[in-house]
Amino acid sequence: MNTTPIQSGKVPTIASPRAIALPFDPLLTIAAIGLAICSLVTLNGATRNLIVGEPHFYTERQGIYFAVGLGLMVALARIDYSRLRELKYGFYAILIGTILLVLGLGHAARGSVRAISLPFFSFQASELGKVLLIVFLASVVVDRSRRLSQRETTARVMLLALGPAMLVIAQPDLGSGMVYVVVALAILFVAGTSWKHFAALITLGVVSIGLVLVAAPAAGVHVLKPYQVDRLTAFLNPTDNPAKQGYQQIQSKIAIGSGQKTGLGSNPSQLRGNFLPEYQTDFIFAAVGEQYGFVGAALVLSLYALMIWRTLRILTIAKNLFGALIAGGIVAMLMFQVFVNVGMTVGIMPITGVTLPLLSYGGSSVLTTFLALGLLQSIYVQARTSAALKGRVLRF
Amino acid sequence: MNDPMDRRAPLSPQLAIRVATIGGFALVLFAIILFRLWYLQVLSGPQYVQLANTNRVRDIPIQAPRGGIVDRSGKNLIVSSRQAVAVQIDQSELPAGAAARAALYGRLGRVLKMPASEIRTIMHSKNNLPYANVTIKSDAGKRVEVAIGENLSEYPSVKLTKVYLRAYPYGELGAQLLGSVGPISPSDLKEARFKGVPQNGVVGQSGIELQYDQFLRGKDGIQRVQVNSAGLPAGKPLKTTPPVPGHQLKLSIDLGLEQEGYKALAQGETLAQANGNAGDAGAFVALDPRNGQVLAMGSLPGFNPTVYTHPLTPAQFTRLQDAPNAPQLNRAIDGEYPTGSTFKLVTAMAGLEDGLTTPTTPFNDTGCIVVGKDKEKFCNSENEVLNALTMPTAIEESSDLYFFTLGEDANPKGPIIQQWARKFGFGRPTGIDLPGEYAGVVPDAAWLRRVDAEQFACLKKYGRVKGPQICGYIADPTHEWSTGDNMHFAIGQGDFLATPLQLAVAYSTLFENGRVPTPHLGLAIDDNDGRLIQKIDPPSTRTIKFNAADQQVVEQGLNLAAQGPQGTSYDVFGNFPRKIYGKTGTAQHAVGSDDQAWYVAYAPDPKRPIVIALTIEKGGFGDQSAAPAVRLMLSKWFGLPLKVVAGSSKTL
Repeated sequence: MNTTPIQSGKVPTIASPRAIALPFDPLLTIAAIGLAICSLVTLNGATRNLIVGEPHFYTERQGIYFAVGLGLMVALARIDYSRLRELKYGFYAILIGTILLVLGLGHAARGSVRAISLPFFSFQASELGKVLLIVFLASVVVDRSRRLSQRETTARVMLLALGPAMLVIAQPDLGSGMVYVVVALAILFVAGTSWKHFAALITLGVVSIGLVLVAAPAAGVHVLKPYQVDRLTAFLNPTDNPAKQGYQQIQSKIAIGSGQKTGLGSNPSQLRGNFLPEYQTDFIFAAVGEQYGFVGAALVLSLYALMIWRTLRILTIAKNLFGALIAGGIVAMLMFQVFVNVGMTVGIMPITGVTLPLLSYGGSSVLTTFLALGLLQSIYVQARTSAALKGRVLRF
Repeated sequence: MNDPMDRRAPLSPQLAIRVATIGGFALVLFAIILFRLWYLQVLSGPQYVQLANTNRVRDIPIQAPRGGIVDRSGKNLIVSSRQAVAVQIDQSELPAGAAARAALYGRLGRVLKMPASEIRTIMHSKNNLPYANVTIKSDAGKRVEVAIGENLSEYPSVKLTKVYLRAYPYGELGAQLLGSVGPISPSDLKEARFKGVPQNGVVGQSGIELQYDQFLRGKDGIQRVQVNSAGLPAGKPLKTTPPVPGHQLKLSIDLGLEQEGYKALAQGETLAQANGNAGDAGAFVALDPRNGQVLAMGSLPGFNPTVYTHPLTPAQFTRLQDAPNAPQLNRAIDGEYPTGSTFKLVTAMAGLEDGLTTPTTPFNDTGCIVVGKDKEKFCNSENEVLNALTMPTAIEESSDLYFFTLGEDANPKGPIIQQWARKFGFGRPTGIDLPGEYAGVVPDAAWLRRVDAEQFACLKKYGRVKGPQICGYIADPTHEWSTGDNMHFAIGQGDFLATPLQLAVAYSTLFENGRVPTPHLGLAIDDNDGRLIQKIDPPSTRTIKFNAADQQVVEQGLNLAAQGPQGTSYDVFGNFPRKIYGKTGTAQHAVGSDDQAWYVAYAPDPKRPIVIALTIEKGGFGDQSAAPAVRLMLSKWFGLPLKVVAGSSKTL
């Protein structure tokens, strides 16, 4: 054996990817599929009587969205996300363009329109916009990664996010608009922007919220529609107006509470009686709580915990800053949506119209989440490949 | 995996801190959510289950059919129930906003053919209970049922409810004593007698319906249904508690006699009018003297009780209340009148029993006497001179002077006649099973002092100008009870007031040897197949003592009055094929007002004896209008030919 003594007779392992090298992150995939199954089971039980004669209307459609979404995720996992940087302006153009298109349609329809009707499903531009914005902002930050300490970088990123956020809020889709802002903050946070900048941003934010909710209405300018203000403040005291803004939240709490430990199973009376509107979309967590009780709700939350943990893990192993920033944006998006949505159904957060990723019924939301997951898978695969090329093996 | 080559390049410390911050933040949020879920689902779960149940379950009341009311034969339904559809508004589901409500009332009004303002008036009525449905129309009919039922979504908060309505096959017959039914009022709901009645339950409001409500009303059923968020039933009913129909009430009323009573009273009014009197109101009551069963009772003018099956607007209600001659008044128990000579029964018994006179003491009737320091003149009717009389003939010819004299003689000895009046049941309710019976007035010195004191206080309070209007009773508040007062009282005049029923009870007492009957209309509570559940037979509560000899003398006088050749109603009953004891009465009211006609008769019979008291307000002389009406009723009762025999006697 022609070996050096330092290596002390140990057989050097060839640092090649082992046979288990999967083209995706297994735990993240399990979390996603688990949540998809939870969604289908919940919808199947709860929406049986929603459309007369079509007991499986929602389940079947959601199933199709999941299938398409999984396909998209697998496809995205196979391409190198780094190349998306080249398309950043295209993404931003699509983001602004679709949102403006929706706004235009809404204007034409003299009402609130948040989706573009396509033959198969109605496409909600603001949902897809979340992923587009994450990729775009990550690209911008990477481009300016040497100038992160400059106030100008922070301001520019925030303004690039606030632009579409304002347009989306005008649709009106307050929830998505807030996601945009949170995503931008998270990307800056992960990139390493100075704490001072965040302190300044938070001060600015508090002042502007104060202006929007208190000062502007007093001056006769209504930035938010009155119902949005009502919904935002109703959770503080839902019994004030149980017939209107507080109604959904009260009904949601009744549904969840009456589920008790193990749920009412196949007899979810609050849902069947249609006491809780929109339970298949925004309030699906209430349907989970009523049908499967604390056990079911805790299972769903564990799957989200798993998903968020894996996203953070992928953030740390990303081969480049771009990947880490994308993962940072996605983790913020997931966390914000999960906590705001679940918080809203259990009565500790205002009603903002944020969907619960993968659980809520709806093509745009499902596909957007799977696109985000696809990006994460791609970051994971690229990290592994890159590590392998460098002769390292990544643990989970 | 210990190969250093396997190790990943370490994270920058800055990124590690920031990722850890995000992870820690996520952990805290998960913990908050989990605690909240634990609190909602495990700690507060049972409360929310209860909330959920009230959320989805509604109890829809099913009205129980109210028991029918039959006559003493048990075959003739006097009051029945029929099913109808009521249009109601659920107050809790009324659309918010005045404009939306106005639109709803307008739409509803067009279908119901009633002005929207009327619907609003009904909705704002003080009698509406806070959570109950408000009935807009109780008998909507098929057309309305279809028009609304097929477009329920156009009529938010409007409900079509199956209800039972009272039906009156004999129209106005006995309307005042039968009474009405209606939704329970907020104050009645708190009363013990209406315990268990739901908020919008229908209960008796007056008369027999009120008195026997607990038997008649039954118990409403409940249909528990699952409802959706719109409040519409979803799925099969969860539980149905069927309504328990009310029991049937059998009255002691004899339908044939009751019908004849109304006809006879109307006939009497016609006779009175032929003699130039107004004769526009009256009442009759027929008793079985042995047990107090009311065989017939009626009051004119009448009214159609079906008006009360529909919700009344305040204006309609006022119109009913203020109708001329108060058609809703049951004059048999609530008409307080001076009874004229029919009261002489009491004066006669008092005189004989307390030794003021004997059956054979002679009396010379000179037509008029002058009494007291005021030289007040007391005369017979038309100043008729009746010459030599004893007790029986004094009753026969209804000598006022004879009884004036008894009143004059009694006064120094105290309220002798008054005591006998009270023994015979005057001045106190008879205890009949009808709400709101009047007690009448038996005046004496103590009574006058009390009334005078009240009068004085009232006048003092309101002053000499307004006082007489408000205090009503206009008399001299310093007036003391006088011999003259006692004399007027002795012939059933002056301040004496009694109801026709009290008179019938007094005559029953005499002919039943002192046993005072408790008059009653209810005879039995039956189930719906006519099987007896409970007999109603209130016992006599009092028996008064008097000498049989005195009784016979007075009875003899009463028989002579009806059938003796000099009798005041001989021209009506002289040729009646049965033995009749009867007394005319002609009560005088204020100067210029027509007299009130009275007749009371007792017809002995081993199986079906009867006492009838009948009065016609402004009916003139008793013999001319009241006696012929009583003859018709007696003829009906004993199956004799119905013949109108008008009298002409002008005695009081």
